[in-house]
Amino acid sequence: MSSLLCSSIGKKLLMGLSGLFLMMFLLIHLAVNSLLLVPDGGDTFNAAAHFMATNPAIKIMEPLLGVGFLIHIVWGILLTIQNRKARGSSRYASGNKTTGVSWASKNMFILGVTILAFLVLHIAHFWVKMKVTGDPLLEHTLVNIGGVDTEVENAYRLVNATFSYLWIMIVYVVAGIGLALHLSHGFWSSLQSIGFSNELWRKRLNTVGQLYAWIVGLGFSLIALLQYLFYQG
Amino acid sequence: MENNINIKLKVWRQQNARDKGRFETFKLDNISTDSSFLEMMDILNEQLVNEGKEPIAFDHDCREGICGMCSLYINGRPHGPDDDITTCQLHMRKFKNNETITIEPWRSAGFPVIKDLIVDRTAFDQIIAAGGYVSVNTGGIPDANALPISKDEADEAMDAASCIGCGACVAACKNGSAMLFVSAKVSQLALLPQGRVEAARRAKNMVARMDDLGFGNCTNTGACEVECPKGISLANIARLNREFLVAKIQD
Ligand code: HEM
Ligand code: SF4
Ligand code: FES
Repeated sequence: MSSLLCSSIGKKLLMGLSGLFLMMFLLIHLAVNSLLLVPDGGDTFNAAAHFMATNPAIKIMEPLLGVGFLIHIVWGILLTIQNRKARGSSRYASGNKTTGVSWASKNMFILGVTILAFLVLHIAHFWVKMKVTGDPLLEHTLVNIGGVDTEVENAYRLVNATFSYLWIMIVYVVAGIGLALHLSHGFWSSLQSIGFSNELWRKRLNTVGQLYAWIVGLGFSLIALLQYLFYQG
Repeated sequence: MENNINIKLKVWRQQNARDKGRFETFKLDNISTDSSFLEMMDILNEQLVNEGKEPIAFDHDCREGICGMCSLYINGRPHGPDDDITTCQLHMRKFKNNETITIEPWRSAGFPVIKDLIVDRTAFDQIIAAGGYVSVNTGGIPDANALPISKDEADEAMDAASCIGCGACVAACKNGSAMLFVSAKVSQLALLPQGRVEAARRAKNMVARMDDLGFGNCTNTGACEVECPKGISLANIARLNREFLVAKIQD
């Protein structure tokens, strides 16, 4: 087992599996976030956030998600360092004129670091306030869940207030685009890395991957933008 | 259509592996656009010899695109500005009058420069020696219908077998990865019954040697496939990943 994970292909397996896991998480995250756009003062979103915060399955997933991120980031850095070394120190004076190679595929590390920088900010904005320090904006509110009035944290108010700042909105929009680029290569790449691709599936995976990447990435961007523009006051 | 061009050359010169190396520039007049790139190099070298200077060292052998000996990174691309060809199949009609042509060796930690434009590609031989062969006696030619192989598999095996081991894939790769080469060598045998027997061992040993030799990890950019003179497909890399992972997990 250790010799598998020390090999180049084994390391790529971890990278691919952690990437796939994170992409599944993103889909759920986006689905919940899209409820921020339901124009009912945040009741639907608060109910969903309450469900996510109390659901035992989600409780188990949370540390797993942390591990997934950690593996992806640590191995991403490790692979990048090894690859720079394998490339060697001499550069081509005549540059690189190879055509048909996507920009994203050559810049996965930079895109990853962009996502990581955003992630730190994102965790400070929401996770820390909701799980650790608390925030006056989160003061409990009543929502009707399945006919029962339930007291829940007002997560919507915190999100809404955060997106009232122009700079925060811009950071989220840019991060969404960075994420879309990362995944426009990452989706196909993760499946190729675990061996699930061939001449035919490559075209299919690429199409699905582009759709997934841009819907998810721009989806997050759009939610931040719409919150800033139309959901204030 | 005979046509002559004048060109300027910027060529990498390096005495030996320890030398730092530098570019030298040359002018060549009246080069026929019908001549091949390596013929142009011969003309330049003849000129240098006549001037009492040392000719430029570069690799070549068959000059018909089958041996994998020629290399050269020309104007930003391995094997120069044309698709699906080796440097020896490149022609001067691909260049314009008064153009400056930059010629560099393959650059990758796995391929150190020996002299001028020649790099040491014995790492590929070592990877092959680790398992890129069939060691069982497969007997004489079997009857055509004794061992049916589907047309698709036969075609894929033949396509993989067209790799000539030139190293352009490594030269083009931002990660200095040899995965396209190794995947072609693993696939050509794994797809056929004679090679299938040792497929698991072969994949493990060749990948282990590739890693030991310091080649990089594939990030699936696909630059190798674009620059490969034989059009070896990335699908082979997916197959190698499968072969390797299944073999390791079965252990
Ligand atoms: C929600 C966040 C993220 C998702 C969904 C994600 C997803 C992916 C996927 C699917 C791949 C392709 C894996 C493969 O080729 O096998 C990938 C590659 C990569 N990711 Fe991420 N990623 C995320 C965040 C990050 C972060 C924070 C970093 C920070 C360093 C990062 C660095 C990289 C690197 C360097 C690669 C290329 C590695 C390689 O192909 O060898 N990613 N990512
Ligand atoms: S895969 Fe293509 S580029 Fe790489 S060594 Fe074989 S023929 Fe050359
Ligand atoms: S010299 Fe043999 S392939 Fe170019």
